[in-house]
Amino acid sequence: MQQPFWRRFVRNRPAAFGLAFLAFVVVLALGAPLLFPGDPFRIVDMTFLPPFGAYLFGTDSLGRDIAAGIAHGGRTSLMVGLVASIVAVSIGTLLGAVAGFYRGWIDDALMRFTEFFQTIPTFLFAIVLVAIMSPSRGSIIVAIAVISWPPIARLVRGEFMAMREREFVQAAICLGMTDLAIIFRQILPNVLSPIIVAGSLMVATAILIEAALAFLGLGDSNAMSWGFMIGAGRSFLRDAWWLCAIPGIAILLTVLSINLVGEGVNDALNPRLRTL
Amino acid sequence: MAIGPGTILYVVRRLLQAVPIVVGIVVLNFLLLQLAPGDAATVLAGEAGGAPPEYVAQLRERFGLDRPMHVQLLLYVKNVLTLDLGYSFRNSMPVSELIFGRLGPTLLLMGTTLIVSVLSGVLLGLVAATAVNTWRDRVISVAAVIAYATPLFWIGLMLILLFSIKLDWLPTTGMEDVVAFNEGWDRVLDIARHLVLPTLTLSLFYMALYTRMMRAAMLDQRGMDYVVTARSKGLAERLITYRHVLRNAVLPVVTMAGVQVGSLLGGSVIVESVFAWPGLGQLAFQSLFARDFNLLLGIFFLSACLVVLVNLIVDLVYLVLDPRIKLG
Repeated sequence: MQQPFWRRFVRNRPAAFGLAFLAFVVVLALGAPLLFPGDPFRIVDMTFLPPFGAYLFGTDSLGRDIAAGIAHGGRTSLMVGLVASIVAVSIGTLLGAVAGFYRGWIDDALMRFTEFFQTIPTFLFAIVLVAIMSPSRGSIIVAIAVISWPPIARLVRGEFMAMREREFVQAAICLGMTDLAIIFRQILPNVLSPIIVAGSLMVATAILIEAALAFLGLGDSNAMSWGFMIGAGRSFLRDAWWLCAIPGIAILLTVLSINLVGEGVNDALNPRLRTL
Repeated sequence: MAIGPGTILYVVRRLLQAVPIVVGIVVLNFLLLQLAPGDAATVLAGEAGGAPPEYVAQLRERFGLDRPMHVQLLLYVKNVLTLDLGYSFRNSMPVSELIFGRLGPTLLLMGTTLIVSVLSGVLLGLVAATAVNTWRDRVISVAAVIAYATPLFWIGLMLILLFSIKLDWLPTTGMEDVVAFNEGWDRVLDIARHLVLPTLTLSLFYMALYTRMMRAAMLDQRGMDYVVTARSKGLAERLITYRHVLRNAVLPVVTMAGVQVGSLLGGSVIVESVFAWPGLGQLAFQSLFARDFNLLLGIFFLSACLVVLVNLIVDLVYLVLDPRIKLG
């Protein structure tokens, strides 16, 4: 007897910890306008106040509240990470499904295209894209999605190629279903679980890329973000370590918990394929 | 591996396969140039670079910017493939010269990182796999999961904080102490000291990746038929692990290390801008600030070519490592 998905998931302690922390970050990010009302870029007090005083995480070089920055920055990180991953998974799924379903020259052409995108140095490509489109939330999401879809396309292609030969697909073809219906209504629901796992792990990578772009000065200048806070604080590393340390810990824990959840979902969905 | 006609044919074929990729990169660069705000000539001249109007006019002529799009594309491909990447007025130097001058430090950083991360990843993965489910395995696995989630630029800053500012053991930035005028071995030693923190920073993520892969590959290989055979003929466990399993488990790690070269280049942009390491990455960072798009695109083009080249070399290394690969 298999235990239900949920039970298998929470029995995995790292995954349960990840989910709990992630829920905390989501609540913090959603509640940021209530918990820390006003603009997070606003100056609230003297500069360089150490953490755990009047302000939970202290103030930065301009006297901005770091805790407010963390909460509002979480909104940016999660939003960009989530939307970019959804876009990348959609592109990857579409191309992978078409390549795996139709095989032949379409497959060849699409796989050459995918390999090309895997060859070029991805992060550098993201930098070039954001710099040329000028930094904004939209351009950052586009850049992350453009560099992230190839692994999904390869994954989905493999799954589709395996499914294509199965009897239920052959039956659907005999019944005269349209290709579109077979791809989306017959095969896709059957290959959803590896896509979900890869997609959820991608959110973590996307958050890291967003943070790195913002650190290099390619963030949206109107949105507070963790990477931007570290970039702005790096000149004061000697005297005010917390300006960099705290946002970095926020990124680390968020990315870590997403990875743990992703791996937990993977283990719970494929109990037989559990890695040793 | 014997270098026969088969090998040479294989190398030639791989070289030919690289051609469409390089052409694709040039076309991509051209498209990005069109995407940039403003007229391509001003972008090519380095937007805020204060290029003289005569040069801009000359560029317009050379790249045929008043001609139809396909002619522009062909001219661009021709110029780039002859390594004519334009002139950076910000740096008063031709772009290609500027880039090749910065290639050395980046290759040094990437090379040491590759060696450090593969060796330590293989070693840690081996230790974890031979002691599976003991405390050693747990510590290594947890450390790998954490390192896997750590932002590069942040751990770089934290290492500077600890080893340079608090402990004052290692230099914070740069590649060498320029005012010391070191020569010979003193200079090598000085560069090595400057190399420690950037290499450690860039290695951490890949070390974690290779550790996890190595551990999984070792555990995978352990159940293979050849291991059962080796055990049944009475070979010692140590011999099985080091002679047989290790050699097979290293292969996926080497493949991965080859695939990761592009991402290593991206990582070095971050690490170089944290440690002011005078390589391609720092040049890219500076060109971002100067809004010198042409320089940025030149770096992107040559980096992509570098990745193609390294992939080719990795394939050849693989040929040596795994004699089972057929040259077909």
